[in-house]
Amino acid sequence: MADQPLIYARGLVKRFGKFTAVDGIDLEVAPGEAFGFLGPNGAGKSSTMRMIGCVSTPTSGELRILGMDAVRDGPSIRARLGVCPQLDNLDPDLTVRENLVTYARYFGLSRAESRRRADELLEFVQLAERAGGKVEPLSGGMKRRLTIARAMVNDPDLVLLDEPTTGLDPQARHLLWERLFRLKQRGVTLVLTTHYMDEAEQLCDRLVVMDGGRIVAEGSPRSLIETYSTPEVVEVRFPGMSESGARHAAALEGVGKRVDPLPDRVLVYVDDGDAALAEIQRRGLEPSSVLVRRSTLEDVFLHLTGRTLVD
Amino acid sequence: MVTALVASRVSPGRVGAVIGRNVGALRSGPSYWIILVSGFFEPLLYLLSIGVGVGALIGDLTVDGRTMSYAAFVAPAMLAVSAMSGALAETTFNFFFKLKYMKTFEAVLATPVRPIEIAFGELVWSIVRGSLYTGIFLVVMVAMGLTEPGWALAAFPATVLVGLAFGGLGMAISTLMRGWQDFDLMGTGQFALFLFSGTFSPVRDYPAAVEVLVQLTPLYHAVELVRGLCMGVPGWGLLGHVAYLAALAGAGVWFASRRLARVLCD
Repeated sequence: MADQPLIYARGLVKRFGKFTAVDGIDLEVAPGEAFGFLGPNGAGKSSTMRMIGCVSTPTSGELRILGMDAVRDGPSIRARLGVCPQLDNLDPDLTVRENLVTYARYFGLSRAESRRRADELLEFVQLAERAGGKVEPLSGGMKRRLTIARAMVNDPDLVLLDEPTTGLDPQARHLLWERLFRLKQRGVTLVLTTHYMDEAEQLCDRLVVMDGGRIVAEGSPRSLIETYSTPEVVEVRFPGMSESGARHAAALEGVGKRVDPLPDRVLVYVDDGDAALAEIQRRGLEPSSVLVRRSTLEDVFLHLTGRTLVD
Repeated sequence: MVTALVASRVSPGRVGAVIGRNVGALRSGPSYWIILVSGFFEPLLYLLSIGVGVGALIGDLTVDGRTMSYAAFVAPAMLAVSAMSGALAETTFNFFFKLKYMKTFEAVLATPVRPIEIAFGELVWSIVRGSLYTGIFLVVMVAMGLTEPGWALAAFPATVLVGLAFGGLGMAISTLMRGWQDFDLMGTGQFALFLFSGTFSPVRDYPAAVEVLVQLTPLYHAVELVRGLCMGVPGWGLLGHVAYLAALAGAGVWFASRRLARVLCD
């Protein structure tokens, strides 16, 4: 079991009518790993997650979860999964605690055991004092934490999180990350989708970037940056940029490995920021501001999936 | 064979957990209790206003050579109606809301529970709700002298079957609903059944074509079955009504679970 992948997919395809949401992807996720799907909206992340969660049947390809066949053994697989969907689907008719107790019962836990798990998890996500209240008045961050507690109720081997921190304020995000990190330390395998690069860097050991239903890159956050970007980025702004952006970009050509003109600034991808600054000075360019920073996953992401808005 | 197939796939524990969610809602506060209690009064008010009130103007009624008070004629029909409304309220409004807006079933299907187990669980719960209404209604009928206690006991399981049939039908309809506007349509249909299913006047008094039409609809069979038992005149003919209602229940659950799988598991 140890060396068998927890998720194994070969040539996985999902079509809705004529639309191909997932276009033949291969995946392997090892036990204990924190694995991320990155990609713009419509890249196929959620469709892939739904197939892994065994609620959506693959159109073709092979998909094995926990060593079982995703199509044939759906209920047995789902019994060992925890799912935190993109949109909260907590039950507003039930109290906070009853949400967890009821959910535990779907997994066949006894009533006493369900209550015990519920109370334990409410402590874990710091919602114990809201136990008797309804779900409605909870803040977005609290609802998310409750959803994650619900996903943990069956003590799952694999937890699927679809955009776990979208729409949360920074405090709520950090609390959630910290709780997820603790799960990871306990050996729970996490699979998440996100389009927050800082989230991916915080949580994921390994990730894939999806675009148009395909996997366009794969690796650890560090190795993706090394492969698809340069160690540093110089952000250069010029006075009156909007009219003369292209000219400025041309003037910076050759300073680094790649130049990316944006409406308000030009990004220059370089190995050495200080050397680039010297070169800019040597060329006699007069930027209004220059900022040298380390490359991030966001640079990789934008490089791979483009800057066009996808909806 | 079909039953065996269904049995092998359906776990009683998981069906119980689906029912448990609704019990949990009762435990979570007063709002669901209010919905539950309010559903009881409508048929009772009709019995009092039309059965007793209008009945006083009409006097006795003779159907198939048996003479009875108008209230005794209307009461079993209102009993069937309360079984129908109990089951429909649960499997249309509540079911649709859980399916479409609260995403309750979406959350449930991420667990080992299957669509058919949701359908069975919700159906059983709708019967529990409907039986609460019909049970109390039967006590009222006995107290008012509109049926004998023994026949009331015989009529009770018949009302459970009526609940199953309308529960199945309601769930099937819910999976096809597009939005709240469709509830107006359904309400109209339900009201038409309520008025013309031999509830307030014998179906034999209708024009032949209308009579045939009425005989195709479910509440007619429910009323005939329940009335036959409440009045203490069981006959082999009642088995036809039983078969109709059982078939409707089975078809409804089967269709609803298929649709649930299609809508939620795509």
